[in-house]
Amino acid sequence: MERTLIGRPVVAGSAEGMALVSGQPLSFWGGLSPHTGEIIDRRHERSGDVVTGKVFVFPQGKGSSTASAVLMESIKAGTAPAGIINRGVDPILALGAIVADEMYHKTVPVVVLSQEDFDLIQEGDHLVIEPDGRVRITKQDEVQSTSISD
Amino acid sequence: MSVELSERDKQMLDSQYGQAARMAMSILVRMAEVYDATEMMDVSQAHIDGCSMLTDSGLEFAETLAVLGGRVSVPTTLNVVPLDLQNWRELGVPEEFAGKALRLAKAYTDMGCIPTWTCAPYQGYLAPRFGQQIAWGESNAIAYANSALGARTNRYGDYIDICAAIAGRVPRSGLHVKENRKGQLLLRLADIEPAVLVDDAFYPVFGHFLGKLAPDKIPVIGGMPAEVTSDQLKALGAAAASSGAVALFHAVGVTPEAHTLEGAFQGDDPEQVVDVHLSDLMAARSDMSTAEEGTGLDAVVLGCPHFSYAEFAQLAEAIQSNGRLLHPDVRLIVLTSQASYALLQRSDLMAPIVDFGVEIVLDTCVFLSPILSSDVRVIMTNSGKCAYYAPGELDVQVAFGSLRDCVRSAMEGVVCREEALWKEP
Repeated sequence: MERTLIGRPVVAGSAEGMALVSGQPLSFWGGLSPHTGEIIDRRHERSGDVVTGKVFVFPQGKGSSTASAVLMESIKAGTAPAGIINRGVDPILALGAIVADEMYHKTVPVVVLSQEDFDLIQEGDHLVIEPDGRVRITKQDEVQSTSISD
Repeated sequence: MSVELSERDKQMLDSQYGQAARMAMSILVRMAEVYDATEMMDVSQAHIDGCSMLTDSGLEFAETLAVLGGRVSVPTTLNVVPLDLQNWRELGVPEEFAGKALRLAKAYTDMGCIPTWTCAPYQGYLAPRFGQQIAWGESNAIAYANSALGARTNRYGDYIDICAAIAGRVPRSGLHVKENRKGQLLLRLADIEPAVLVDDAFYPVFGHFLGKLAPDKIPVIGGMPAEVTSDQLKALGAAAASSGAVALFHAVGVTPEAHTLEGAFQGDDPEQVVDVHLSDLMAARSDMSTAEEGTGLDAVVLGCPHFSYAEFAQLAEAIQSNGRLLHPDVRLIVLTSQASYALLQRSDLMAPIVDFGVEIVLDTCVFLSPILSSDVRVIMTNSGKCAYYAPGELDVQVAFGSLRDCVRSAMEGVVCREEALWKEP
């Protein structure tokens, strides 16, 4: 069954992908490689995982003000996540997505959800982000059972 | 929600000030919506971080603005550049990288920015004044300008900084507004021994703890010694802005918006009160290192943020009081600005530092310029920021220690740290 959450479209756009979920904030500079899309903060719980094409769900960015540059470079390089879902507005990440849009007419939608809705998303859920900030979730077990019945 | 724009803002959006100003204003207005701002405001100074990291898109962005005729409209200083502008060849920076880095530097100076090339602009030319509305990039500089100087800036990332400098405008929001600068939680240092509080290593360790405890809160610190130095506040802010997103902290009796506890909270009560214990600091200190005691050392990195003249004096003292030679397998690198280096050159500190074999690197940073060779596996630093980012960005093991620990380890060739202060009595 699908469920729809209403979020705030901090950077509006459409995206679709599997959820990569972390409960920890991440600084994109020092935390994400724009060359490979890998999480490289060795203190982060998802260190080694690749965000490319996923909807990256994490509380918010932190640390360096270079994070926006890393996001823009990953958008240009094609290694960026398909979309970003946070539970707090992180202007620095939003900035990377906005400048990329101005430069390349390519962006990563950023949606902010309430804590309660944020907590509903689990690793592997299939997510669709709409330009108005709606997030449609198909739970992981249902994604699997659908693919089996196929 | 729509943002109220001045006539000049509208003219900028309408390309009447050129295409670069149009693009800058467009980004600023879209960011105003992100910030939930209802109007724009003037800034009278900027510090650009967008010149620091070399990426293809960052270079393309800067050159696009410069070619479109972008010029800064307020005094604008520059953060580090991805190479030592004079000595990059000796430092082994590849030609192709250098070519792009020099283009990046030129794009920003072509736009009228001041070639300060430092991540510690507050210790050099054009430090902002109390209450001044500014648009600063570089997380450590933001923390210092807001906290130690009482200037007002949000955490501006790449590349809104140059947009604000061109337009002279930012969204009115966040830390530009006095009410948003009030303290949120109180950290009391009463339990920490005075000997720890005066030690240089306390400040990055406490900063690392602070950033983890309250990544996006405004902390008020009670019990910091009034004689705390500019370099100690620099180290605290840099660490807290790395392990967290701290952009402003108050220290009662030390920082300008915290003459009193009540003043720091603007008359409100703290959301939370935390008593800091030595055990918290010991845990933070241990979290900052991934290399153990006795590990063979390849390089010591000092000057993150850029070394001040006072720090050079401490380094010279640590070298001379120990009297031994630099271990032949260890590089001791100090990152600094042209401004601090000019003072060093005119002092008698230069000889002992250079004779010891210290490599002084100007204008840049080990994270942004390829100056550490790939066989460097273990580094040591006195910086919380460097310790935080080194494992991910440089793919090295890192040991955090005091300046004296770093100098002694550089002589021994292995990580060795004085533990006396960091044990429960």
